[in-house]
Amino acid sequence: MIRFEDVSVTYDGAAEPTVRGVDFEVPEGELVLLVGPSGVGKSTVLGAVGGLVPHFTGGTLRGRVTVAGRDTRTHKPRELADVVGTVGQDPLAHFVTDTVEDELAYGMESLGIAPNVMRRRVEETLDLLGLADLRDRPIATLSGGQQQRVAIGSVLTPHPGVLVLDEPTSALDPAAAEEVLAVLQRLVHDLGTTVLMAEHRLERVIQYADQVVLMPEPGAAPVLGTPAEVMAVSPVYPPVVGLGRLAGWSPLPLTVRDARRRATDLRTRLADREAPRAQPGPAPAPPVLPSPRRFLRKRTPDPAPAQIAEVRSLAVRRGRVDALRNVGLSVAPGETVALMGRNGAGKSTLLSALVGLVEPTTGSVRVGGAVPHRAAPRDLVRRVGLVPQEPRDLLYADTVAAECTAAERDAGAGPGTCRALVSVLLPGVADDVHPRDLSEGQRLALALSVVLTARPPLLLLDEPTRGLDYAAKARLVAVLRELAAEGHAIVLATHDVELAAEIAHRVVLLADGEVIADGPTSGIVVSSPSFAPQVTKILAPQEWLTVAQVREALA
Amino acid sequence: MGAPPPGRSRAWGRAGADGTPPAPTSVPTPARRQSRGRLHPGAWWLWSLSLGTAATRTTNPLLLALLIATAGYVVATHRTTAPWSRSYSAFAKLALAVLLVRLAFAVVLGSPIPGTHTLVTLPEVPLPHWAQGIRLGGRVTAESLVFALYDGLRLATLLICIGAANALANPARLLKSLPGALYEMGVAVVVALTFAPNLIADVQRLRAARRLRGRPDSGIRGLLQVGLPVLEGALERSVSLAAAMDARGYGRTAEVPAPVRRTTTALTLGGLLGVCAGTYGLLTAEGGTYGLPVLFAGVVAALAGLRLGGRRSPRTRYRPDPWDMRAWLVTASGVAVAALLSLASVRDSSTLHPGVVPLTAPTLPLWPAAAVLLALLPAFVVPREPS
Repeated sequence: MIRFEDVSVTYDGAAEPTVRGVDFEVPEGELVLLVGPSGVGKSTVLGAVGGLVPHFTGGTLRGRVTVAGRDTRTHKPRELADVVGTVGQDPLAHFVTDTVEDELAYGMESLGIAPNVMRRRVEETLDLLGLADLRDRPIATLSGGQQQRVAIGSVLTPHPGVLVLDEPTSALDPAAAEEVLAVLQRLVHDLGTTVLMAEHRLERVIQYADQVVLMPEPGAAPVLGTPAEVMAVSPVYPPVVGLGRLAGWSPLPLTVRDARRRATDLRTRLADREAPRAQPGPAPAPPVLPSPRRFLRKRTPDPAPAQIAEVRSLAVRRGRVDALRNVGLSVAPGETVALMGRNGAGKSTLLSALVGLVEPTTGSVRVGGAVPHRAAPRDLVRRVGLVPQEPRDLLYADTVAAECTAAERDAGAGPGTCRALVSVLLPGVADDVHPRDLSEGQRLALALSVVLTARPPLLLLDEPTRGLDYAAKARLVAVLRELAAEGHAIVLATHDVELAAEIAHRVVLLADGEVIADGPTSGIVVSSPSFAPQVTKILAPQEWLTVAQVREALA
Repeated sequence: MGAPPPGRSRAWGRAGADGTPPAPTSVPTPARRQSRGRLHPGAWWLWSLSLGTAATRTTNPLLLALLIATAGYVVATHRTTAPWSRSYSAFAKLALAVLLVRLAFAVVLGSPIPGTHTLVTLPEVPLPHWAQGIRLGGRVTAESLVFALYDGLRLATLLICIGAANALANPARLLKSLPGALYEMGVAVVVALTFAPNLIADVQRLRAARRLRGRPDSGIRGLLQVGLPVLEGALERSVSLAAAMDARGYGRTAEVPAPVRRTTTALTLGGLLGVCAGTYGLLTAEGGTYGLPVLFAGVVAALAGLRLGGRRSPRTRYRPDPWDMRAWLVTASGVAVAALLSLASVRDSSTLHPGVVPLTAPTLPLWPAAAVLLALLPAFVVPREPS
């Protein structure tokens, strides 16, 4: 269905081809996963299928790409629109119209499909993706997960033979991701759709793949194989494969179910060993329970100095929506707290309240003794720092060096403070690189350095692992652990259960703007099927969280 | 899709992906047809513009206030929660600003209205002889203020009527009703219309980010420094939107035989020329005889050209808003108000344009006021959108 014949792509102004020697074929009706570290050119390969590379991106494509027998050299993207549906990384950049129903119909309108057929397909797709209640909603008012489903639905309606998806589940909470993947599997099984997809969160998708294309490093030719074969040699792999490699299982298990059946032996070996604490951090502070009734609440005493951040019965209203209701949270120095919950549960709002970007409607927020939304920005950066979901928002300058100088001036830190941090977090990046040319992970590290220049005792991160590969994630984990050991308190909002299992002392679950659970990581994630990491699921009822813990215990 | 409606397994009792209640049924529901049965956007625009026309026919503040109240009532009952509905308050503020500016001009620059009731006398700024006819400061009379108030109120009413059109009908949907040949131009306009709100959202986000860097998040300097990143972001978004539209088939064309193509060009060009010549004829004194027929022929030829040009585009339209009985009623109510007020302004000029010299209290003329109330008809015949 999709055929790459010795394809290489060189972008304008680049000395080396971004990808070279791409030569594989995706048969009809298969779900093929494209894996590899960040920056190996996965998006370029995906773009070449729909003809967007090189028709839209510029550059030179050598070799030949054919889709359903059509050569992308002679067919523009619009002439491939009836066979290829492409959804990029950012669903917002994909929308042309402004309401859900019109968006689903847009592609069919362009293709000139008869009105009654359009109507039927829109209804079917609304049901298939669970969007029926949102059909009249303006797209701008939807949450991230809903937008992702609308984006997928909008390319499904013309019934393309090929679907190309770039990181479809990265921005989604675990359960929403499962729904999207279930839909993709139905398409492959019931309709024979061919799917080519890139995804960093392999633990979510590897079990659905028929074949895997591995792009091991930049410029290297891709390898095609069955998932088990490729995972045995891949530099990126999910925890289930990590555990399989550790235990020496062959063939490697790819699903939790397979691994559980093989793990009886491993469980007995681990039975007499103490499951270590995920983090030898401070004793978790007693959770502050949300005060159930207003009139029972006493005058709140001044926050104990032991807490860096103290949130009491916080409520935030946005327009007609209660973004947060009666939220209580306290964070002690050296503690790492993971905020988890669905898309739109209020995680980002809580972080914004901690850094003073939103004003509490009722309740109080105190960070290091100051009230964030009243504090002067210059004063506040020394108490709390936030790395936003899109780290690029924090960066203004046109070189890394200029960014560092500006950060030192803003924070009143000594010259060289920021640059020293960059050298640790981002080894080998030259001073004169433009921040826009950095990869996602590098940009995150630069934004983190900028924020850390003021040495805030409280560090907040919003979805820090979106778009990061496993190596970049491991580096981030090491950095955050070190910061926590130095006494920084860290609060991170994340959908990444594996990350939470690895570094969080405490997990706070939010739902509909309320705290529904607050306790030590092992207690919360083990008891929840959607938030449990793979290792926990495999080794249940024993309470192991990460491959690293198991490795340590076996050593 | 060919697939049966899914019995989605909602793992672990999760409601919707985002806290929305689960869909009660998975069967395509024809009953939903009603909820979409919204009014054709063109009807709302015609209604609003007619009210605006009516407003230009009178300076009676009581009638103008009645027009504003009528439009406001319909907007209050029928606007949706969609983002574009918020533009009504923006238009209302703009109208107030226009009124105040008009009054300020009357105070500072004086007005040609001869008045006898002096309210205050401002110090007059002497101007050089070449600026004769312009006056700065001087006497402020009650007559000039009242005249400026009437005039400003008329302009404000017009603006509020346009705001009502924006709030009641999405301008993007109106563009969807364009003929096929103009469709691509329509999309370009829609994309341009969504550009501004996106830009504002970007500015707000980046200004918030400035606070995270420890810089003040308000003031002109703050705005200037986010300027470049905002423009960069907007440019990037435009390129990716263009890519997304192309990948979804925007701009596909069908093969059209050469004779049809040539006829289309001839009809469109000829029609436009005819429209120009006809309009010229209508406006000049000696062209009275040929003006109207040429204009008519030109319009017909241009419309035929557009219709033929639509063949080049293979597009179909998804659920176009039907022009139904209610659309006729809404349009008719607006047009009736405009027509009746125009008639009244000719026959009963003194009440619709209350005099300012000498000052008289405006009275509410009975039957023009009753005519304005006809514009309330949409509030009763159009079903409200479920919130």
